[in-house]
Amino acid sequence: MNDLWNGIQQAIWLTLTLDADLVEISLRSLRVTLSALFVSCLIALPLAAILAVRRFKYRRLIISTLNALMGLPPVVVGLLVYILLSRSGPFGVLGLLFTTHAMVIAQVIIITPLITSIAHQSLRELWSEYHDLLISMNTSKWQRIKTLLWDGRRALMTASLAGFGRAIGEVGAIMIVGGNIDHATRVLTTAISLETSKGDFALALALGFVLITLALAVNFTTHWLGRTEREGRW
Amino acid sequence: MFPMTACDLSVKVRQKHIIGPINLTINEGGITVLMGPNGAGKTTLLKALHGIIRLSNGQVTFATPAKTAQEQQSFVFQSPIMLRRSVLENLAYPLMINGQDKQIAMELARTWAAKIGLSAHMDRPATFLSGGEKQKIALARALITSPKLLFLDEPTASLDGAATVEIEALLNEAQSTGSTIIMSTHNIGQARRMASSVLFIKDGQIDAHSAANAFFDTPPTQAAQKFISGDIVL
Ligand SMILES: Nc1ncnc2c1ncn2[C@@H]1O[C@H](COP(=O)(O)OP(=O)(O)O)[C@@H](O)[C@H]1O
Ligand SMILES: [Mg+2]
Repeated sequence: MNDLWNGIQQAIWLTLTLDADLVEISLRSLRVTLSALFVSCLIALPLAAILAVRRFKYRRLIISTLNALMGLPPVVVGLLVYILLSRSGPFGVLGLLFTTHAMVIAQVIIITPLITSIAHQSLRELWSEYHDLLISMNTSKWQRIKTLLWDGRRALMTASLAGFGRAIGEVGAIMIVGGNIDHATRVLTTAISLETSKGDFALALALGFVLITLALAVNFTTHWLGRTEREGRW
Repeated sequence: MFPMTACDLSVKVRQKHIIGPINLTINEGGITVLMGPNGAGKTTLLKALHGIIRLSNGQVTFATPAKTAQEQQSFVFQSPIMLRRSVLENLAYPLMINGQDKQIAMELARTWAAKIGLSAHMDRPATFLSGGEKQKIALARALITSPKLLFLDEPTASLDGAATVEIEALLNEAQSTGSTIIMSTHNIGQARRMASSVLFIKDGQIDAHSAANAFFDTPPTQAAQKFISGDIVL
């Protein structure tokens, strides 16, 4: 009990004094996850729009594959990326294993199906609303996709935030492919896991504060986006 | 672009025969009003002529190539489809689609917003306006490209008297500035006020097609006779 109380006090102290390790790890976490989110959105959002607008041959197959991938345990994704990037693997020569790049790759694989799936659901709804009008106006395929992406932007933000939340809180995959190396690949979740196992609750808790704050920020933003949508602002 | 000719036109939905075979010629100018009982196939015929549903048989041809003809048509749907954008952006949308300069498109959109009495609501999201206001936006958005051919599907079906008067005035103006109009309505009074010719549809077939005066003075068929005298036609 005393340990815990001490830990909390120290954690607050670490947070308030912007402890160097704490800041370094938090920033790395943000950098990795935002990079992964950026890449994922580049793939997921256009893909979601294309899936909503176009009726092509493998559409059903892609959708079921995405759904299956969404259910893939992150640890398994980590394992697969590890095998692919390991020295003897097909991409071994790139030397990416145990770097933040490997972590970004793992996170992209984990969140792209999630973002695509959520985005596709809302864009499909929007498309059924717009369908007749856009067909009647002779819009090109590309104009349809652009219109959906723009008019569905709030829903797309929400989808992206869900991806961010998933990525920033993920531990299994990035532990495997990043290796949790101090000053190199250590991020919020892997650091919490390590510090906890070492019994150093102070840093673990401080890192936990940061993680919770980020999660709450995501929640509030999602909520706020929903409200602006209902109230018809921007 | 005129005459528009429908030749042996039929529409099936999932093996079910909906309309046809229909043979029809529409010449330039005037307002052709489609009337007929619920489920007769008015909406289907309008969409088929406009080219936004698949024909199971026959074709619709114009004096100009299909693509040119398509670009000079607009369609106003029974329940207005509003883009999730401001009133102004809704009005400017077809112009932007056609590659019009944004400045010019917005200027023209403002003129139309004023014309339909919505200057004060120009920057509000169109989805938040009343049914009558939405229908006026839909009509203005259809007219902003000065279409040679304008289709309307029961444009005033859910509107009150004041909004109906406004819509009819806009249609009369569009007609006098060179738009040929084909519209369906349930409102016999409206048909009498607006029609230059009447197309009476029953069971997916043309039951009668004649000049409006003749149609109302001496209804050409028994069903038409019953319909305009207010009897129920099945
Ligand atoms: N997509 C569809 N699927 C099945 N039936 C349809 C579809 N569209 C229209 N119908 C049927 O075709 C008939 C004509 O419909 P519609 O053109 O909407 O008539 P109207 O506009 O004259 O009331 C109706 O019996 C309707 O139920
Ligand atoms: Mg109808």
